[in-house]
Amino acid sequence: MTWHLDTIFFSIALGVLMLVVGGRVARNATDGVPGGFQNFVESILEFVQTQVKDSFPGHNPLIAPLALTIFVWVWLMNFMDLIPIDLLPLIGSWLGLPYLKVVPTTDINTPLAMALVVFGLTLFYNIKVKGLGGYLKMFLFHPFGKFAMPANIVMTTIEEIAKPLSLGLRLFGNMFAGELVFLLIALLGGAAALGAGLLIWFPLQVVLDLAWLLFHILVITLQAFIFMVLTIVYLGMAHTTEH
Amino acid sequence: MNITVTLIAQMLAFGLLIWFVNKVMWGPLSGIMEARQKRIADGLAAAEKGKHEQELAEKRATELLKEAKEQAQEIVAQGQKRASEIVEEAKDTARAEGERIIAAANAELEREVNQAKEALRAQVAAIAVAGAEKILKREIDAKAHEDLLNDLAAQI
Repeated sequence: MTWHLDTIFFSIALGVLMLVVGGRVARNATDGVPGGFQNFVESILEFVQTQVKDSFPGHNPLIAPLALTIFVWVWLMNFMDLIPIDLLPLIGSWLGLPYLKVVPTTDINTPLAMALVVFGLTLFYNIKVKGLGGYLKMFLFHPFGKFAMPANIVMTTIEEIAKPLSLGLRLFGNMFAGELVFLLIALLGGAAALGAGLLIWFPLQVVLDLAWLLFHILVITLQAFIFMVLTIVYLGMAHTTEH
Repeated sequence: MNITVTLIAQMLAFGLLIWFVNKVMWGPLSGIMEARQKRIADGLAAAEKGKHEQELAEKRATELLKEAKEQAQEIVAQGQKRASEIVEEAKDTARAEGERIIAAANAELEREVNQAKEALRAQVAAIAVAGAEKILKREIDAKAHEDLLNDLAAQI
């Protein structure tokens, strides 16, 4: 029973940040001509709304806020990756913290927790829309028809479990690998901390760091987007009675 | 990278965050966006309606103008007709008056001519009698020859 307090602290802090900023925009929002920041927030909202409309059949008022939460929150947590990798742990060490993980999504618990919540929701809506019988029938007759029931049960179970696992592990893997690359780049300069090698390694570190930083901006946005879209798709599948 | 109780905490945090986002951010903002969409749609519809009404008004104005022109033309035509009628009437009256004057003059003339003729006849009769008296050197009984004299005067 270990509490990863750093992960919990940063994820909740980012969630609160999102709520405070979003709440302030919503409070000051006008239905006339929107100002600068309101425009920005509204464009994100509209983007999410379009995704939901495109890939979610039917109507469920929970889906859009859920997708928005996932997109913004995951993006914010991923964004912590772009902060110079040793900066926050260094500040933490001054405050007496021996170890600090600043990117909550590189802790397997965060992506997996989100994936499990999504899995729980798909389970709930599967049973709500199809009925318990209908949902169980899916395990029996899908994908090979009624003459291969044992195989069907195994296949569908694997498929259902693979959904949350792949959803969580994809985000975790990408973020963890990205963080690792940042660490390796940061080690370049450190490896030649003293001596003439610094003249070569230090510029190389700067260039590589910048390159990976720019690339990583794409990665964090893409991962947040993929997590959101897959969530919408999974929940959409839960809402369709005919599979 | 071990799964710990943090997982549960993060699940709870995620769930709460979804609820808060819906309440604080998504709900109000999407409401506002919908209201704006409705306002824009209303505005567009109103503009469309106004345009339509303007078209109608223009059409009506053209119609009115056309009608007014027609009426004006009608009035002018009537006036012209009336004027020519008056002129004709005046002409007729003048002609009749002229004819009447001419007729009166003619009558007067004839009367005077007749008068002159009568006078002349009387004079001729007197002359003839005087001539005959002189020729015959004797008194002629005027009464006895009155018929003859009248005959003579009528022949002149």
